[in-house]
Amino acid sequence: MAVQLDRKGGKKAIRTGFGEGLLMAAERDPSVVGLCADVTDSVGMGGLRDRYPERFVQMGVHEQLMVAVAAGMALAGKRPFAASYAVFSPGRSWEAVRTNVCLNDAPVRVVGSHAGVSVGPDGASHQALEDIAIMRSLPNMTVVVPCDATEARKAALALAELDSPSYLRLARPKTEIITGEETPFRIGRAETFRDGRDCAIIACGLMVPVALRAADELSSEGLECRVINCHTIKPIDRETVLSAAETCGRIVTCEEHQVAGGLGSAVAEIVVEANPVPMAMVGVRDRFGQSGRDSELLKEYGLDVEDIKKAVRKICSK
Amino acid sequence: MSGIDGKTAANLQKIANEIRKDIIRMTNRAGSGHPGGALGMADVLTALYFHILRHDPKRPDWPERDRLILSNGHICPVLYASLARSGYFPAEELVTLRQFGSRLQGHPERGHLPGIESASGPLGAGLAQAVGLALAAKADGAEWRPYCLTSDGEHDAGPHWEAVLFAGSRGIGNLTMLVDRNSIQLDGPTEKIMPLEPLAEKYRAFGWNVTEIDGHDFSQVIGACEGARAVADRPTAVICRTVLGKGVSFMENDHRWHGQAPNDEQAAQALRELAPNPPSPSSDEGAHANR
Repeated sequence: MAVQLDRKGGKKAIRTGFGEGLLMAAERDPSVVGLCADVTDSVGMGGLRDRYPERFVQMGVHEQLMVAVAAGMALAGKRPFAASYAVFSPGRSWEAVRTNVCLNDAPVRVVGSHAGVSVGPDGASHQALEDIAIMRSLPNMTVVVPCDATEARKAALALAELDSPSYLRLARPKTEIITGEETPFRIGRAETFRDGRDCAIIACGLMVPVALRAADELSSEGLECRVINCHTIKPIDRETVLSAAETCGRIVTCEEHQVAGGLGSAVAEIVVEANPVPMAMVGVRDRFGQSGRDSELLKEYGLDVEDIKKAVRKICSK
Repeated sequence: MSGIDGKTAANLQKIANEIRKDIIRMTNRAGSGHPGGALGMADVLTALYFHILRHDPKRPDWPERDRLILSNGHICPVLYASLARSGYFPAEELVTLRQFGSRLQGHPERGHLPGIESASGPLGAGLAQAVGLALAAKADGAEWRPYCLTSDGEHDAGPHWEAVLFAGSRGIGNLTMLVDRNSIQLDGPTEKIMPLEPLAEKYRAFGWNVTEIDGHDFSQVIGACEGARAVADRPTAVICRTVLGKGVSFMENDHRWHGQAPNDEQAAQALRELAPNPPSPSSDEGAHANR
């Protein structure tokens, strides 16, 4: 049964939604604190800084330090969110995430903003395409990739209450808002946003609205796709994935990330063992990004509506 | 600096000697491990667990306890022995070090053994975590303090200096760090591998309160930590000059004993050298709590 979406349009950056959720979490719980490595407004932490300056820690350009300090705070009872751009954290901070956070099972919320090629003009060095892989391979870690600003707000609130390590992946551009207040969100549970039995499209992040558009267009060609918003990549919703494999018999995954080690890999790990149905992965194929507008880059890297349609058609013709 | 009386010093000396013997037995039994730095820091750890730290071995989760982060996790035999001798767990368990199924992992891990505050081992990661503990304690207006033990060798690691810069700039006064300045790292002398001097001046330039002491003099270790409590506006670095392998003649100041366990013959020799002490100060008098 698909969740009813209220797709009135409207755009907002996923990172902005996070900032709203963080502020709400801080209002609810005085142990919520924010740490940031010199990119405070860009990652949506400006609201917390201005409202609760005593609960905000400016770390300077020190991503490794930020994560380890957050671990110390978490072990002393705080609920820290440690944010930077994903290339820097968890990119540069990964070893601190592993040792200080995960090995200690310290409930630190690592927030990586500006993930993916949709960062745009900053180019390859600033476009994290590997972060899901390096985070989901860590024991104790939860990995969440919200599909729009509203869901990012809910994710921040939910992660504030989680008592184990987590990673929240955010994107920079303003993207379509597809979920509403009533849309369910629970960590670890994928939601079906559109039903269909010909093929399941399992997507995360800003690829979810793209997948919905692709499914709408494929419908006019007679292909009915189930679209699943798999916002939690770890622990992945095994039941929803296997039910899609069973009912649809074909799966296409979509992510703004390398296909190596990302959502597609996580889905494949389940499917190949339990019910090996044909799969195709829409994602970045072993390349670095480059400068350009987000729309240009998503197209160049095979992350467009047409790319998803092509993948579905191909897998359905088998 | 406030001193301690002769009786207290003699008692601490006895305990440290027992801990040294534990280190020899543990690493010998394990067939691997890091005895050199562990022996060198036995006096500092003894002073901490048996005099300085506010802690209660019967309540390892006591919220008001001081927290000790061993950043140079490889010298954990001295930490495990100190915890056992102060009553956190039975001393008989020490010889399970590094064995399959043991709570005494090759490098410290939180959650296995009471009294271990954090996983550590990858060098340079501990001070930052102690800074986080200090910030949380400060925010809560708590009395407890974090103590961070570091090696001089790990001063090569960038993340350590990130924490030094941050803690100094923010004037984190409830943080005490003790540096094991034995001037030896795995491959050889620190001043040859990666020179650190003038180390005290570096810390002062980063805004720290610095004390340089003899790390084998209990009175100086205790005095330096008391001095740190009196400095509220800056973090304190206590640079402890120590001798790697202290107490075992053939290990002293020899970098090969950084990460090599003594064989049976060497262990017997080491234990003979450490033997001429009065009987064990025994942990059977009950847990040693400093409150």
